[in-house]
Amino acid sequence: MNSLPEIWTYLAREPLLWLTATLVAYAVGDALFRLSGRKPFVNPVLIAVILLASLLWVARVPYTTYFEGAKFVHFMLGPATVALAAPLYANLGKIRASAIPMIGALVAGSVTAILSALGIAYAMGVRGEVLLSLAPKSVTAPVALGVSEAIGGSPTLTAVLVILTGIMGAVMATPLLNLLGIKNWQARGFAVGVASHGIGTARAFQVNETAGAFAGIGMGLNAVLTAIIAPIIVRLFL
Amino acid sequence: MIVHLATLLAFQLAGETLSRGLGLIIPGPVIGMVLLLVFFIVAPRAAVAIQPTAQGLLSHLSLLFVPAGVGIVAHLDKLGEDGLAILLALAGSTALAIAVGALVFVGLARLVGARE
Repeated sequence: MNSLPEIWTYLAREPLLWLTATLVAYAVGDALFRLSGRKPFVNPVLIAVILLASLLWVARVPYTTYFEGAKFVHFMLGPATVALAAPLYANLGKIRASAIPMIGALVAGSVTAILSALGIAYAMGVRGEVLLSLAPKSVTAPVALGVSEAIGGSPTLTAVLVILTGIMGAVMATPLLNLLGIKNWQARGFAVGVASHGIGTARAFQVNETAGAFAGIGMGLNAVLTAIIAPIIVRLFL
Repeated sequence: MIVHLATLLAFQLAGETLSRGLGLIIPGPVIGMVLLLVFFIVAPRAAVAIQPTAQGLLSHLSLLFVPAGVGIVAHLDKLGEDGLAILLALAGSTALAIAVGALVFVGLARLVGARE
């Protein structure tokens, strides 16, 4: 029979433990979310991340070891993004009818996200590479990293800012949009997708299928628009 | 189920190939999504068939962000001495972008008389 430390040494190296831990942590987050009566600030992603990060810190397990197991979950982001075509197709009629509001909201939301992030940070004394890393934070990670590098930011820092933006968007969207009295699911979803990419889109799908589909479009369109306008805005203002 | 998952992966593969082959900034899965949408328009029966698998994946979309989320915790120190300013900039700009985007959408929808 192996001793406990030996078993631990084996398990800590294998994907099984951290894959299981990821699913269990998310299940706990999701259960708390349901128990709270689906309150937006009880965000399952946020809870799972805090639980797992604490566990890794206590057990002194490096992130690379954790990711060996978690990468199977991470990998599914690709096919899930492709799967967005299904709700898009189901909502195609609504999308055609809303082309003009979408284009307007896309440009307004995208420019607001970039300018206000740069403006607030600049006013508070942030300069240089850190400031530039903020510009593409509202778009999906692979695009944001590319844009950050192109305009002289730090891609690693941008990755952190992208995830934080997603979680903030997912947490604040529902109370904020209720406060503004906006009941149109298309408008709500689209704005959240533009401002907070996939994590915001995931939140939108929790609330309403139409909102989710429109969030998916907002995310996709803003990825393209930000890649074009972030370098221009940075050149104009900084 | 297997065929549907294979279809999603095949479209991702096609998107990935196009994205890298042409040196595009748009990520492969996003191109794969557009290609699949076009395929659905051409072959509506495929959309009906894939719907349950797609819905299954998307209903747990949040879960898929957990591994990347754990990764950022190790990098929180990168926020450095600007940490507070950056968090305020993120929170402020995200709230503003959601509010402005949604208000413009609703305003324009009323203007052009689009149905909800």
